[in-house]
Amino acid sequence: MVEVAFFVGAIGALGGAIAVIGLRNPFYSVLALVVHLVSLAGLFLLLHAEFVAVAQIVVYAGAVMVLYVFVAAYVGNVDEPLWEPIPGQRVIAPLLGLALFIELSIAVLGTALTSLESEGPTIAAGFGSPAAIGQLLLEDFLIAFEAASLLLLLAAVGAVVLAARRPDLDDQGSRQEAEA
Amino acid sequence: MDITWYLVLSALLFAIGAVGVLVRRSPLVILLCLEMMLNSANLAFLSFARSLGDQDGQIMALIVMVVAACEVVVGLGLIVAMYRRRLPLDVDEVRGLRG
Repeated sequence: MVEVAFFVGAIGALGGAIAVIGLRNPFYSVLALVVHLVSLAGLFLLLHAEFVAVAQIVVYAGAVMVLYVFVAAYVGNVDEPLWEPIPGQRVIAPLLGLALFIELSIAVLGTALTSLESEGPTIAAGFGSPAAIGQLLLEDFLIAFEAASLLLLLAAVGAVVLAARRPDLDDQGSRQEAEA
Repeated sequence: MDITWYLVLSALLFAIGAVGVLVRRSPLVILLCLEMMLNSANLAFLSFARSLGDQDGQIMALIVMVVAACEVVVGLGLIVAMYRRRLPLDVDEVRGLRG
């Protein structure tokens, strides 16, 4: 049963990932990433990370992807030119990706960690529950938690500054459009 | 289900994300591929947390999600700013840092 769930999640995650880089329309890529993220949330559940799985669906597949959909709809369909500015880029890049995969696999499979060849130790009932995660965040990892909140605030301010309308910098075309 | 399966899957997803960053030229899709790479790292964190029976890895995954959300917000802000200035949405065209 666990095996079936794992392979369903893995196929969903891999299919979504390949669709993201394979589809030409950015809007479809965003939708493929939603499939990828929801499948990954299923895998997180299999790893007994309940809170992270729910946060993944609510924050990622929910909020962040809605932001992506809005921006994809705002900038419209971008046509990527078919010609290659860098010769052989589409051949060398997958080779590099393959090399990266082999290297990471060697690093993972070559570890002397025997615990990786089992399902992991038996864990307490509350492993990964919101209560346990909340207690860890507010006790052991309070500084990381506060730094994360500060980072989110900075990112929000930065995004407002970046995306704000600045008539002195916007070019003639957009100005005429605004007047019309 | 051995933890090794999860780790190999996360390596594969990371490699696919890296290929996407290298091959695609639309900044929006490059951001999506960066998300994929961060998520594969999250999968590795959670696998190790499970294999060690320790929840610290899950905290790390949550922090990675926060950083990813910040990266998305700033990246999408940049894309919107590029679109407003009528710059081409192609990372090969926009290579100078002139304002």
